[in-house]
Amino acid sequence: MLSIINHSKTLKTIIIALALLAVPVSIAFSVSFGAVDIDLSTVWQAVFHFNQDITSHQVIQELRMPRAISAALVGASLAVSGAIMQGMTRNPLASPSIMGVTDGAAFALVLMLAFFPAVSNLGLTLAALIGAGVAVVLVFLIGSLSTSGLTPVKLALAGVAIGTMLRSVSSLISLHFQLEKEMGFWLAGGLAGTSWTSVKILLLLGIIGLFFSLIISRSITVLSLGDDIATGLGQNNLIIKIIGILAVLILTGSAVSIAGAVGFVGLIVPHITRFIMGTDYRWIIPASAVFGALLLILSDITSRLINAPFETPVGAITSLIGVPFFLYLARNSGGGK
Amino acid sequence: MHMLKFIKQRKFMSIIILLILLIIGWFFVSLSTGVIQIAPGDVLKTLFNNGTDRQKLILFNFRLPGILLAILIGAGLAVSGVILQGITQNELADPGILGINTGAGLAVVLFLFFFRDSLDTASTLSIYMMPLFALIGAVGAAALIYVLAWNKGVNPIRLVLVGIGINAGFSAALVIFQLKMNPQDYRQATVWLTGDIWSANWNFVFALLPWILLLIPFALHKANALNALNLGDSVASGLGSHVEKERMILLLTAVALAGACVAAGGGIAFLGLVVPHIARKIIGPMHQYIIPISALIGALLLMVADTVSKNLLATDIPVGIVVSILSVPYFVYLLMKTK
Repeated sequence: MLSIINHSKTLKTIIIALALLAVPVSIAFSVSFGAVDIDLSTVWQAVFHFNQDITSHQVIQELRMPRAISAALVGASLAVSGAIMQGMTRNPLASPSIMGVTDGAAFALVLMLAFFPAVSNLGLTLAALIGAGVAVVLVFLIGSLSTSGLTPVKLALAGVAIGTMLRSVSSLISLHFQLEKEMGFWLAGGLAGTSWTSVKILLLLGIIGLFFSLIISRSITVLSLGDDIATGLGQNNLIIKIIGILAVLILTGSAVSIAGAVGFVGLIVPHITRFIMGTDYRWIIPASAVFGALLLILSDITSRLINAPFETPVGAITSLIGVPFFLYLARNSGGGK
Repeated sequence: MHMLKFIKQRKFMSIIILLILLIIGWFFVSLSTGVIQIAPGDVLKTLFNNGTDRQKLILFNFRLPGILLAILIGAGLAVSGVILQGITQNELADPGILGINTGAGLAVVLFLFFFRDSLDTASTLSIYMMPLFALIGAVGAAALIYVLAWNKGVNPIRLVLVGIGINAGFSAALVIFQLKMNPQDYRQATVWLTGDIWSANWNFVFALLPWILLLIPFALHKANALNALNLGDSVASGLGSHVEKERMILLLTAVALAGACVAAGGGIAFLGLVVPHIARKIIGPMHQYIIPISALIGALLLMVADTVSKNLLATDIPVGIVVSILSVPYFVYLLMKTK
């Protein structure tokens, strides 16, 4: 896909700066919308002149701020992890939800809740990391070991199969231990239960994941030209891929353990970003983070408004946005192979 | 040549007889197992009207309709899978993966959602209406997939990818509508969507029976057209087949079968995918043979899965979960092997 602004670095910087500026603005709007609308000046006051005696300040500080910030961090994590996957596999359909990663994380969470009910938040996050890891390794292995290699359709089908399998086993466990509600929450994806602890976990792991991603961003650009070319240019592909997979696991695992299976963010955002920013992953990765954050904050606002006063799972909203996009990609890239 | 055909026919007949015997055998196993065990002798006695009232109640009101439903649904989904794989020349096609099941499920959930107040859902009328709505949903999904995958003809890979996308979209829409339901309906819908022979009663059996009895023989009647289509579009038209017309009719048949089965049994995935492969392995590529054998294998497989799901754990597991766990490994194997 060709970029519309292929060469101008200034323009790219301006776009990222503008998008970055839009993040706090949309967070502010996200905080002000809710069961009771709070006007923006009160939001400002609650953040910068917090007064413990005012209820709306309490609501903002304890409920709405962590939720909005979590949305931003989850969106950024998923988008960056999708960008790395697509760059490493040169597969336009690679993304956390297509590849069964989210199902793997949910599977591990259900296992933990069933057998170690007293587990801490951090323990859940670690379990989600491991579950995501198992799923991604399985899907990659199936795709790579098959006769014609890792084509888009193979990857998608392997993801569907592994995802269905893991989801079936999770349902089995959740039915037996009566965890359907928790399970349903993760499969639908939602931000309702977020707190400052979630923000801390997301921030910590997000920074580590983003750090890894940025280290290898240059090499991913080379890798996206093809493994052979990358090797020819003297690059150690194995190390890059290991760091890449590690970053994907950290980012996806933390996002899923907090917000459940929020689908398609990791699929759409990297494509949009590539369309705007071109093929250089040093630009794509930070820009994906910003765009992903924006997309999820806006989806979260939509999820609260669409059926007010009830919440619709944010995962359903992102899927509804993502599916037409997926269909477009499938039409264009599926026929080739 | 004549001799070869004769041997093939004998093999076909003996496999059919073997499968029927297995089904009858499992039928009794399944009737006698459950929370309350009934000895096989007593099962026979009860069937011939000589049991206690309690045994009669359990067998005729609870177990028998469930088992018959499993047989019908298993046969229907398997034949639907055979047809879909034949017309798309794609070994990985299945009503579940292509989103046809989800389309039917969405239509049924919408039906429950909008007509809940005006109709009693357990009433006879609504049970007979549900397959019809499921059918509309399934046809709608199939049409949507076909149109979206159409780009100067339908490429099998594009068809599968578009199907996966449609599946995800319908699932999201389902979640939104489900959450607007009251908690009790929500739970029912969730269990049903993962594939469950839910609250099996005779009405469901009678609602599904005509579809299966009409459509499977019709598919068998079209077996030659399927054989031709399976060779590829150009060969098929060279053999004098009206490719697009035959494909349309067969697609409708497959979709109708899947839709009716989903209405009665929920979204049971992968059954329609795996069974045709097993049948092809046993008997070769002729659809005259594949269709009856698939129907029987599908029926047997779903009966076994149903018994497992009812007796494995203390809680009932939706049968669709058991089917996926049993068949995903095979699917993965197929995926790795096919080009």
